[in-house]
Amino acid sequence: MRRATSGVLRFWIVPVTLVVWELLTRATESPYFPPPSRIATQFYDMWLSGPASQLLLTDSALDTFGPSLGRLIAGWLIAGVLGIALGVALGRIRGLSEYTDPVLQFLRALPPPLLVPIFFVLFKIGTPTQLAVIVFGVIWPVLVNTTDGVRAVDKGFLETARVFQFSRYDILRRVILPSAMPKIFAGLRLSLSLALILMVVSELVGSNSGIGYSLLYAQQTYDYAGVWAHIVLLGVLGLLFNALFLVAEGRVLSWHANARRNV
Amino acid sequence: MLELVDLSHTYGSYRAIDRVNLKVAQGEVVCIVGPSGCGKSTLLRSIAGLIKPTGGTVLLDGKPVDGSPENLAVVFQDYSRSLYPWMSAVANVGLPLRRRGLDKKRRDAAAMAALEQVGLAGAAAKFPWEMSGGMQQRVSIARALAYQPKLLLMDEPFGSVDAQTREELEDLTLRVCAHHGMTILLITHDVDESVYVGDRVVVLSKAPGTVVGDLPVQLPGPRDQIHTRELDAFVRLRAEVGRLVRGMTPHRNTHGFGVETR
Ligand SMILES: Nc1ncnc2c1ncn2[C@@H]1O[C@H](COP(=O)(O)OP(=O)(O)O)[C@@H](O)[C@H]1O
Ligand SMILES: [Mg+2]
Repeated sequence: MRRATSGVLRFWIVPVTLVVWELLTRATESPYFPPPSRIATQFYDMWLSGPASQLLLTDSALDTFGPSLGRLIAGWLIAGVLGIALGVALGRIRGLSEYTDPVLQFLRALPPPLLVPIFFVLFKIGTPTQLAVIVFGVIWPVLVNTTDGVRAVDKGFLETARVFQFSRYDILRRVILPSAMPKIFAGLRLSLSLALILMVVSELVGSNSGIGYSLLYAQQTYDYAGVWAHIVLLGVLGLLFNALFLVAEGRVLSWHANARRNV
Repeated sequence: MLELVDLSHTYGSYRAIDRVNLKVAQGEVVCIVGPSGCGKSTLLRSIAGLIKPTGGTVLLDGKPVDGSPENLAVVFQDYSRSLYPWMSAVANVGLPLRRRGLDKKRRDAAAMAALEQVGLAGAAAKFPWEMSGGMQQRVSIARALAYQPKLLLMDEPFGSVDAQTREELEDLTLRVCAHHGMTILLITHDVDESVYVGDRVVVLSKAPGTVVGDLPVQLPGPRDQIHTRELDAFVRLRAEVGRLVRGMTPHRNTHGFGVETR
């Protein structure tokens, strides 16, 4: 009964919010808060009125989304690979984490956007700087979770591996990594949402392309419906990435969900 | 093939086993029985190289054991921490064979053959969490079989399954493992089980565990859950082992049962 009610509520909450928002913004007529219908029109005109051969995306959409999404995915993947590799090393090599912990805690505490000027100097304006910001900002959840995950491998699993004399590679690849995978995925998921934020931030300060740059341009030309359209776009992208990630996770970790359900 | 010489182990200041001496011949099925907490697992883990005993030596084929010996398999009591939940049964069974230098096809074939022997040919693609406890322990046994060790250690392997499954698994062990000519060291706290499965029963005392009895089991084969257990010889032996486990014959001359003392 309660589930049914919450299902109905969930279903209605979106249109109700939209209607209230529309009425309020129409009543106040503030230029900074255009009604959602205008935002939607703007969104459609800018990005979704393209030919069917481009999945309805306009040229402007492709030019804007392409570089952004490319950097986001690339930065996230690089951070994922590096984070897992470093996390495994920190978790499994005895003593290493005590040595490196102060440095890592220091680096982790630095807000990535503030590093943009430094990355500028190192890499100049453009993609390398943005990649560096994203990688530096999103590596931490993966690193920390991987370290935790590979440390928490059940002793029984490792003893079995020892008795049957698995090679070091097999112990890592077939025992430690799969066992830590649920934690690693939790880190990767958090990193993905962070990567979206840092992608925009890095484009706001040091870029001449991408969604962040386009958002800045809309703001500077007083196109507030355009600004809101960008915000909606980012929300939609966030939802989309999360949904895709959950599908991938469901496939890789089906054993985990099921094993837990059957306990 | 296996010889324990004055094997002792202390955890901190707690003495778990105290100068255990034991000789096991090739192909023997030896059951080690003793009360809970007497150091049975400690003994097994020392042999398997999972802990380094604080005193004495383990000799395998005359050579002292350092680390986990080759050609040794273990069936642990807690199958849920021994089978990998991210792998199907056939992958679990085949995994140790990677070390044997077999290609994937050969590994799968060997794993399937072992699963067939334990009656799980139809469940090869299942994951551990899709199986009952008894089935999971069968997979553990299949993994040991496929590995073809010379020495198989079993630590209360049937302690976590129901009584009927337990009997099935006991028979499976007798039939299949013994058929392979493996030397088996089975650890249990169950007196009946030790007499039913063993060619020989070694009794450990209360902690710190040390050998207080070593009895040959002479029962006509093939053994059978109903008939073997009602034989006079079985009943007498069970009573004898039961008394030893409870420490009721402290002054008995255990040499009469053929204790190996070096
Ligand atoms: N890692 C350990 N650290 C300290 N004490 C332990 C450890 N493992 C076992 N013990 C103790 O040693 C004794 C023997 O344990 P164990 O070999 O597991 O007995 P059994 O298998 O016969 O029940 C127990 O009293 C147990 O509490
Ligand atoms: Mg035990």
